[in-house]
Amino acid sequence: MKTHVQTALLAIVLSPMVLFAQKPLGIGRAATTDEIKKIDIDVRPDGAGLPEGTGTPSEGAKVYAAKCQSCHGANGQGGSADRLVDRESGKNWDFATNAKLVKTVGNYWPYATTLYDYTNRAMPFAQPGTLTPDETYSLVAYILALNKIVPEDAVMNRATLPKVVMPSRDRFVMDNRKGGKIVK
Amino acid sequence: MDRPKSISRRRILAAGTAGIVGAALPIAGQSPDQAARPKVPADPTKVQGPLATDVGSRSPFERPKRVSLGDRRTSSLTPLQDLDGIITPADLHFERHHGGIPAIDPKQYSLLIHGMVERPLVFTLDDLRRFPGKSIIRSMECSGNGGRVYRREGNLAELTPQQIDGLTSTSEWTGVPLAALLREAGASPKATWFLAEGSDAAVMTRSIPIAKAWEDALIAYGQNGEPLRPEQGYPVRLFLPGVEGNASVKWLRRIELADQPFMTREETSKYTDPLPDGTARIFSLDMDAKSLITEPSFPDKLTGPGWWEIRGIAWSGRGRITRVDISADNGKTWTPAKLDDPVLPKCHTRFRLPWEWKGGEAVIMSRATDETGYVQPTFDVLLAARGPSTAYHFNHIRAWKIMADGAVKFAGAGA
Repeated sequence: MKTHVQTALLAIVLSPMVLFAQKPLGIGRAATTDEIKKIDIDVRPDGAGLPEGTGTPSEGAKVYAAKCQSCHGANGQGGSADRLVDRESGKNWDFATNAKLVKTVGNYWPYATTLYDYTNRAMPFAQPGTLTPDETYSLVAYILALNKIVPEDAVMNRATLPKVVMPSRDRFVMDNRKGGKIVK
Repeated sequence: MDRPKSISRRRILAAGTAGIVGAALPIAGQSPDQAARPKVPADPTKVQGPLATDVGSRSPFERPKRVSLGDRRTSSLTPLQDLDGIITPADLHFERHHGGIPAIDPKQYSLLIHGMVERPLVFTLDDLRRFPGKSIIRSMECSGNGGRVYRREGNLAELTPQQIDGLTSTSEWTGVPLAALLREAGASPKATWFLAEGSDAAVMTRSIPIAKAWEDALIAYGQNGEPLRPEQGYPVRLFLPGVEGNASVKWLRRIELADQPFMTREETSKYTDPLPDGTARIFSLDMDAKSLITEPSFPDKLTGPGWWEIRGIAWSGRGRITRVDISADNGKTWTPAKLDDPVLPKCHTRFRLPWEWKGGEAVIMSRATDETGYVQPTFDVLLAARGPSTAYHFNHIRAWKIMADGAVKFAGAGA
């Protein structure tokens, strides 16, 4: 029996299929730097991915009025789309027990960089992906200022935005459910 | 077991909606339902039937439909009460999208893999189909499934299984394991996360721990033997077995490896679970074990006392279902149900139990156990762990009440 197993193992080790699986198959083609750059639009909490550009709350107010307010309401108070502004309610973080709370950038979002990433990739809803970096930085500055997270005269760019500490940053905990007897 | 002439809901629904095929004008003395039924020969053995067709269609007597909640139609729910077995017909698989359904020419399609890899690569659809492939039968559930009954919104008594839990479906998915693409690109051993990005108008993104890629993540191009449906990510989607549906990014255009999560909007501001201790669970990807009785259910009406089969589906994002127990006395006593083959990991499992209804009121419920030993919790246990306004993962035990006249109503967590 042992001999059979050893023979079988030897056969597997020498099989072209296994060699095949351990080396690249040569399928696909090399991606060029340019084509990666074209669609690599993500922005991380450490600031990686943020482009050159700059924006302020006052510039952001203009862009907001023209491109965002019709859905998100005056001063980010919400409309057909999400409310964006409200740092006060929810400051006790009773979201799990108070059904009336509305999650906003100010009271819930853990990272300011997410606001840049999402606004750039998916907004405005009817013309997604059309904002310039300056417009996006300005909108981010405006929403953060309305939430009293940055001052009215803040300048947002690739150096300053990752340094913004959001009020709820430390509220998030990694999933600790693992199955088993205990319901978490 | 001899089963009385069956639960009649499907026939009622079919009669009410099937009028477009072969509809006849109302005839004096006929009810509108009878008049609207498709016309069939009095004796099918006496006439030749229609011949072969290029693409088949359902019997005109069967009209299962997805339904959307809300007027923006960003999701639709599977008619669980109309399905037998475990496979969801592809055109009835639930939908959830964040920027509508993009139209993509498969000849123009490409997938980029880059970031912490030795060789950033671009794959066409033909490239992906050249890799050693794999087919798996697995379920997918939206993490918001069941939220309405957890939050006890509105009149729950007259909800169907579809309206309660229709954001779960099962398919055979075919594709190439993501692990094969990572090997092809030379993934860095230091990469701990990957970003998946779609090419819809939301450019949907989620960060996933890279262990999932090595374990069982699939880059899927097939569903139930045919190419993916457009609303399921045509031509290529990520499929993450056992994981909340939104992370299985559709219309996949890019995978980027990194040593940290990207903290996208969906995984921070949306798909996180606030807890009563003032924190929120993030990357709560695995779906807890759950079960639902799909027959009898609202709006069935049992035609009389006697033997009926209680049927439903159970599933767990962590592995196989090991047992499903049924109670017909509001949770006082439990009896193990029979599980139909196949019992697959991270997949709907069909359960059945013959039940003698003796007349009078009865409350029936099901309770799933998975291979980790996790037991589907009661509503009170889940509520204590998560709080009344937590946002996702609603898997508590569900109950139906059989009324004295045989009518079946949803009974929330029990009566």
